[in-house]
Amino acid sequence: MRDTIRFLKNGQLVTLNDVGPTDTVLDYLRLTRLETGTKEGCGEGDCGACTVAVGRLVNGELQYSPVNSCIQLVGMLDGAELVCVNDLAMDGTMHPVQQALADMGGSQCGFCTPGFVMSLFTLYHQKGKSESRKAVTEWLSGNLCRCTGYRPIVDAAMESCFKVADDVFSARSVETIAKLRELDDKRDVFIGTTERFLASPATIEGLASLYHSYPDATLVAGATDVGLWITKQLRDLPRVIWLGRLDTLSGLEESDAGVLLGASVTYQDAEDAMTRLSPDLGALWKRIGSKQVRASGTVGGNIANGSPIGDTPPALIALGATLELHSTSGSRTLALEDYFIEYGKQDRREGEFVSGVFIPRPLKNQIFRCYKISKRFDQDISSVMAAFLFTVGSNGSIDDARIAYGGMAGTPRRALGAEKSLIGASLENPSNWSVAMQALNSDFKPMSDMRAGAEYRKETARALLAKALMEASGTAGPQIRLRGPDQEAAE
Amino acid sequence: MRKGPTDTGAPQSYDHVHKSLKHDSADKHVSGTATYIDDMVEPRGTLHAVPGWDRSNVRGRILSMDLGEVEACPGVVKVLTSMDIPGKNDCSAAFGGDPVLAEDELLFFGQVLFVVIATTREAARKAARKAKIEISPITPLITVEDAVSADLTVLPDYQFRRGSPETGFTASDQVQTGVFHIGGQEHFYLEGQVAMAVPQEDGGMHVYTSTQHPSEVQHTVAKVLGVADARVIAEVRRMGGGFGGKESQANQWAALAALGSQATGQAVKIRLDRDDDMIMTGKRHDFRVEWKIGHNAEGLIRAVDMQFLARCGYSADLSLGVCDRTMFHADSSYFYPDVVIHNRRMKTDTCSNTAFRGFGGPQGMIAAERMIDAIAIKLGKDPLDVRKLNFYNGERNVTPYGMPVEEHDVLHDVVAKLEESSDYWARREAVRAFNAKSPVLKKGLALTPVKFGISFTLKHLNQAGALVHLYTDGSVHLNHGGTEMGQGLYQKVAQVVAEEFGVSMDKVVITATSTEKVPNTAPTAASSGCDLNAMAAKKAASVIKQRLVDFVCERHQCDADAVSFRNNSVLIGDLSLPLSEVANAAHQERIHLSDAGFYSTPGITWDRDSASGRPFLYFAYGASCAEVVVDTMTGEMEVERVDLLHDVGHSINPALDMGQVEGGFVQGMGWLTTEELVWDESGKLRTHAPSTYKIPTASDIPEDFRVELYESKGNPQDTIYRSKAVGEPPVMLANSVFCAITDAVASIVPGHIPDLNAPATPENIMKAVHAMRQKAAAQRAGG
Repeated sequence: MRDTIRFLKNGQLVTLNDVGPTDTVLDYLRLTRLETGTKEGCGEGDCGACTVAVGRLVNGELQYSPVNSCIQLVGMLDGAELVCVNDLAMDGTMHPVQQALADMGGSQCGFCTPGFVMSLFTLYHQKGKSESRKAVTEWLSGNLCRCTGYRPIVDAAMESCFKVADDVFSARSVETIAKLRELDDKRDVFIGTTERFLASPATIEGLASLYHSYPDATLVAGATDVGLWITKQLRDLPRVIWLGRLDTLSGLEESDAGVLLGASVTYQDAEDAMTRLSPDLGALWKRIGSKQVRASGTVGGNIANGSPIGDTPPALIALGATLELHSTSGSRTLALEDYFIEYGKQDRREGEFVSGVFIPRPLKNQIFRCYKISKRFDQDISSVMAAFLFTVGSNGSIDDARIAYGGMAGTPRRALGAEKSLIGASLENPSNWSVAMQALNSDFKPMSDMRAGAEYRKETARALLAKALMEASGTAGPQIRLRGPDQEAAE
Repeated sequence: MRKGPTDTGAPQSYDHVHKSLKHDSADKHVSGTATYIDDMVEPRGTLHAVPGWDRSNVRGRILSMDLGEVEACPGVVKVLTSMDIPGKNDCSAAFGGDPVLAEDELLFFGQVLFVVIATTREAARKAARKAKIEISPITPLITVEDAVSADLTVLPDYQFRRGSPETGFTASDQVQTGVFHIGGQEHFYLEGQVAMAVPQEDGGMHVYTSTQHPSEVQHTVAKVLGVADARVIAEVRRMGGGFGGKESQANQWAALAALGSQATGQAVKIRLDRDDDMIMTGKRHDFRVEWKIGHNAEGLIRAVDMQFLARCGYSADLSLGVCDRTMFHADSSYFYPDVVIHNRRMKTDTCSNTAFRGFGGPQGMIAAERMIDAIAIKLGKDPLDVRKLNFYNGERNVTPYGMPVEEHDVLHDVVAKLEESSDYWARREAVRAFNAKSPVLKKGLALTPVKFGISFTLKHLNQAGALVHLYTDGSVHLNHGGTEMGQGLYQKVAQVVAEEFGVSMDKVVITATSTEKVPNTAPTAASSGCDLNAMAAKKAASVIKQRLVDFVCERHQCDADAVSFRNNSVLIGDLSLPLSEVANAAHQERIHLSDAGFYSTPGITWDRDSASGRPFLYFAYGASCAEVVVDTMTGEMEVERVDLLHDVGHSINPALDMGQVEGGFVQGMGWLTTEELVWDESGKLRTHAPSTYKIPTASDIPEDFRVELYESKGNPQDTIYRSKAVGEPPVMLANSVFCAITDAVASIVPGHIPDLNAPATPENIMKAVHAMRQKAAAQRAGG
């Protein structure tokens, strides 16, 4: 057992023994260390002004990810390297991304700038990146700028981020890697008292037993949701268990049958596997939250919390995903759609935690499509999310359909009426489809909220079914969606 | 390294002016060392203030406020209500009616009822939620329509009228009418509202404030504390964005910090949580526009009648100027022969809408563009042809408010150049061909003009002061009344002063705007920052310089034209002396090396009561061309290409101006597309965080984005180095995006005007698409 949090900063080991369960990295930087370069813009991980880089070992290599420090817990820094904007300039010389941003008009009011600097710092160190403006704008999806209109920022990224990394961080990377290895001591961490603690077990057994003892503890994977409970709802979370140090939960297994995602695998780390599973899923994946949210957030956490913000579950439900739950009394598996009982209520028993999600790979005779509708393309929550898995018979008729929607009810849910009415329908004959469209009207009674009105949701649900069928039938003509994935390249 | 843009039209004979130098704080921005108020070293014992409000009620009478539990929370030092205000409980800009802390009534959702002062911000935030507020609810008026039904306004109606529109409509070949809703906009400055008050001797207060209007903060704080203006200093080094949202809206927070500071004797800092900020502060006005336009068979406008119904919110705030500016821009760039423009300033029980970059102008202009689109669609003509047909020209050159449009040739030239460089007509054909083959995705194209009036329409605001010191080592202290919110004003003024003294940029030291250095300033608003403050600073510098010239002439027995200032030196015939040496010598001779410059804009004669005279010194022009593609099944939209050409006269700093052009366009595009403010039926704002309110991200910028500064012959008015103001006009370049979406939707059924409201969210686009299909179906049914 260890009662400290240990991480690297500026090449030095930092050891903290007084870490509260809800202390955020941003407050730690600004209020404790008085390093005020990192800014708070929104306090909910949506603007990116507070972005810092967190370095970790991934397959033995040092990888820097952008993280919203306002909703990251200090305890989650354990075993990592923390880099913030104040750390980049060395001996009066600016980092290449800083220099480019400054010289090319990348800052105006300057308040978002430290966040952009840090996002670009992580891009600068990213391996195997593609050199394109599109890659840059994707990478910057979690950084809002209200002044520049982004063009000069993207220019600065193109100028500085696609050369071989040559900074103090790359120079000392061997040393850093060695230090990070040393920090990975596989010991359980527990700071505080039984009433108020931050814990980080190193084994799944340790987790099960701790959670068994404190079933009211808050399990935290990426904190992209729980962070807001702290910063916005001002909830006190006296007992927090961070799952980030459990190897068994961070595994990702790809097979012909599908992909098994450990509960603490981040969206970022699952992206390639999801794209291989389906280009539509890969395209959706790139629009979940932002780069920062995907770097910390996990599929398991999103599902486990029953977060109302769930753009992935409809896609996973349509694909027939199953959930694995674990506790001291063993494991069980259930269909993902059965987990969501109603708004805010999930089928998770006391002491039980989500350990993994299995996502089946579509078969050769299956066509998968998913669509996300939102006001803004990147980093927005869908007003309507729709996913379709059609099993097509040799005669072009639909043998089976799995259809799931988000934004249409209190939980992500299957459109059972529409599914049923499609069975036997011919993909070649659009007149066959209208019954299914009508069935959607009885499958869902959506609400109006700030994202969209009920009427728009209903008609868009029908339109997306029509679109999926048009695409599946191959009769769609030239192009019927704006920014979909490149289907031909993938299939 | 990418070369900065150059102003090819500008004279090149200067060392600093007309040069693309980077923002003075750029290196500090990227290093995290630029200090914003929340980053300042706090005085010992600094306390933190958090506003308290009621999350469950919107409007009503306050029956009781039980703050006992708040006071009992750990860390709480003091809880203040309106009863604790020694001076006047008002933080309004001009008209009154904006209580710092609520008295008997809750006026809108989010109104501040009390303020908690605690040892930490977290403690204050937690405590602020413990209040027990009892409200007797009153049904709130939320929409413009609600207020129209109740006939409630914050200010009297106003109108411009010329000729007889009634006769004009009768004489028109066709008359189109419509109703157009234009949404508001949240500023979303990245640095939220923040202030820190530090108590001084004798009841004085030094307030560090993130404001565009330090003088107003000074006056507000003095008024609220009940002390003389001279006891209060308001200071701002930089804002993390303003956009109009820190013009009047910064007053309240500075006042609350000062109140807390007065009550505790400690420094007090207030920094709003983002959600509180978005709920409590005013936004861009949203409008319902009822329009009617008469024209001939060619599309030439004969008569116009527009009614602008503005949602002003619970108080007048700056709505007079904002709504007037909407009216001043209801012509966009078009001549209306017989015209009446009405405006009503509706009172609703919502936050008080306020200044936002463009200050009402964008709403007037986009309404005009809607009318032009309507004419073109009805006549089956290209909207660009109808636009050009109706442009101001040599004969038709007087606005509805009587001001001549002198630079109509610039308007024509900017549009003609963009028409060519954007390849408008070939792309029009390509769009048509694409749409003919594409049943679901529809493209749209539009090229729209910008003509924006420069000057405050409130005459007394068109003045500025500066304070310049030359030290005996040749360095220069520069101060003026303008504030820095990212636009690069400090840098531009510094370039002008460096040019004047012939010194290198590093010799000019930029200092924070402070009411103790330059008093009685105007807000940095109306795009006027550089026009006014650079002129004042240049005057101050030139007075000091003239004293040195006189001194040198006497000492070296030469004529003034033999003396010049360059490269940190004074050149006297063939002799070159370091400026420091000359300054020092002058000082020895007891010559004053400091001056306070003052400038007031000439030629402005607007008289609001008679609605006559000249409100603007000049117009800034621009044009933009946008191509979009719309998914007519879902309403999703993507901007594919945008070409901008903008007139900044002879730019003081082309790189900074380019930043304003691009940034303004993108901000305008957000207003018209993704940024939607949603109030629920009870009157609560539901979009109060970036999770629900969506400003553009990097991927919303068109992949093909071509931006140029217009090769200008210089501002015909005698402005600072013949430049033109650039802060606001580019916002309206985004009108092309909205008109292109209209064009795409219009392509579904030719001849019908899409009922597309702003912002063009997927939902609003689908509503317009459905309305088009219904019209088509009705037409088919009707034969």
